[in-house]
Amino acid sequence: MLELKDIECRYGKISAVRGLSLEVKEGEFVTLIGANGAGKTTTLKCISGLLPAAKGTITFQGKDISNAPAADILAMGIGHCPEGRRVFPYMSVEENLEMGCYLRKDKDAIHEDMEQLFDRFPVLKERRKQAAGTLSGGEQQMLAISRALMSRPKLVLFDEPSLGLAPNLVDRMFQIVRDIRDQGVTVLMVEQNAYAALELCDHAYVLESGEVTLKGTGSELLENPNVREAYLGT
Amino acid sequence: MTSPGTNRLAMGRFAPFAVLAFFALLPFWMTDQYFLHVLIITGIFIIAAISLNLLLGYTGQLSLGHVAFFGIGSYASALMSIGFDLNVFGWMLVVTPKPVWFCILCGIFVAGLAGWLIGKVSFKIRGAYFVIVTISFAEVMRLVALNWIDLTEGPMALNNIPPLTLWLPFAGETTFWSKVPNYFLVLSIAAICFEIVRRIVVSRVGRAVIALRENEPLAMSVGIDVTRYLLIITVISAAMAGAAGGLYSHYVRIIDPDVFLFIFTVTMVIMVVVGGKGTLWGPIVGGLLFGIMPEALREFAAPEVQWIIYGVAMIIVLIFLPQGIVPAVGSWLQSRRHGSEPPATPEPPGAKGAADPS
Repeated sequence: MLELKDIECRYGKISAVRGLSLEVKEGEFVTLIGANGAGKTTTLKCISGLLPAAKGTITFQGKDISNAPAADILAMGIGHCPEGRRVFPYMSVEENLEMGCYLRKDKDAIHEDMEQLFDRFPVLKERRKQAAGTLSGGEQQMLAISRALMSRPKLVLFDEPSLGLAPNLVDRMFQIVRDIRDQGVTVLMVEQNAYAALELCDHAYVLESGEVTLKGTGSELLENPNVREAYLGT
Repeated sequence: MTSPGTNRLAMGRFAPFAVLAFFALLPFWMTDQYFLHVLIITGIFIIAAISLNLLLGYTGQLSLGHVAFFGIGSYASALMSIGFDLNVFGWMLVVTPKPVWFCILCGIFVAGLAGWLIGKVSFKIRGAYFVIVTISFAEVMRLVALNWIDLTEGPMALNNIPPLTLWLPFAGETTFWSKVPNYFLVLSIAAICFEIVRRIVVSRVGRAVIALRENEPLAMSVGIDVTRYLLIITVISAAMAGAAGGLYSHYVRIIDPDVFLFIFTVTMVIMVVVGGKGTLWGPIVGGLLFGIMPEALREFAAPEVQWIIYGVAMIIVLIFLPQGIVPAVGSWLQSRRHGSEPPATPEPPGAKGAADPS
């Protein structure tokens, strides 16, 4: 479905990702793990068109999308749920969701999708008129995930969905991501919480200073002594 | 609270008509010509402040040279109405005097074009660069107006600028010599600008730039072509400032390069910030306050003392109502309506904690 070949991304003269190749098959749950600064977020930004690739090609469903504008990539079906500040703080929950489908014109279907998401996350429905900045961290993350789904993506990129959440919420968040995959949306997730990510995913790639150093199924990597030592602390 | 579609707008449904009616009836009992003059000048600056608010309040981009668009609008409009000859690479361009309404439209167009140019060069890299580009632009325009004596008369000023002549129902062909017609003209243009901004804010373009102001990376990730929307808003804002400039030149009927002075930009920024940036009423409240206060103080205080009072008033407002007067009044009204329920607004944008995960 998605294929990256020999991608290089630079911030000025510093290359954050070098010669990276990876593949995501339709219906899969793939994770990228690695330490801070390994180039995980950069890779996602490059896929969604927020950052140009200096070299290499990205193909999505057989089409070359390297260096296409972000809006086009989104319209083709790649949703991105970025890390960090995840919501528009002064907009209401509902308005945040509307922003997620900014490029869509089908009003009725948008409304339906929104109601479905409200069924899945009743807490968002309760607060639909409330400014998103007043939600708790977990609620904001639910909103961010919901917003990414509003564009009806075929593939969603999640960047650190567990970042900054209380431990009990982390499990919940991974379960949500898993549910999304089970409903037929392909998922590419970046995570620092390597153990949880490897347990849930189908395939995983380990990134070290901008390069893929290991790849395999989730369970293979969980057994790998190097991974255990570097990321799982055992 | 600054977002469109929230319940804060409920209070705004009838308020615009009430305010408009109040100001429309004002000249019928307020016959003091001097006070009308103050209101006209204040109104012109409110239009400029409304245009600045569109840019500063809703997109978060600070134009510290906003007076440039005001000045360009006033010079363009004045020159068209007086007529001029210009030697363009050996080819004489002769412009005969045109009707004033047409000149004001030209001023709006030229100011919008200037906004497009400035936006085009500075929005690839936003934020501080935009501030610097706009400051320099205003200063360059002032120097051009000062030194291009063939065209602008430089420090000798453009004078004898004709007032607006319009065909009006009941009155026929009317020249706007006196205060009252000018007052209604400024009032109607201000009302139109208010309505334009109100519609933009709830439109797709408005949504896009508000999203940009709140969270730029996120706005890009939902597929918003940030630069394009910023450019659209800048052109509209500049054109509106140009309209204010045109009104100014045909009301005051003399302009000199001082219309490009930095102090006028500062006045607009103060009006917007004190009134409440990113609110529809902010520039109006701030504009009335800082337009009328100097006149109200004139009898009691010497000019130097006035400036001190002016400054102190601004500091007090910003300490106690950091978001400006309008948001403060709005949340006070809301908390009264809902009793003890906390207002559904996050902390000010400065407090990043509002958006951080807990």
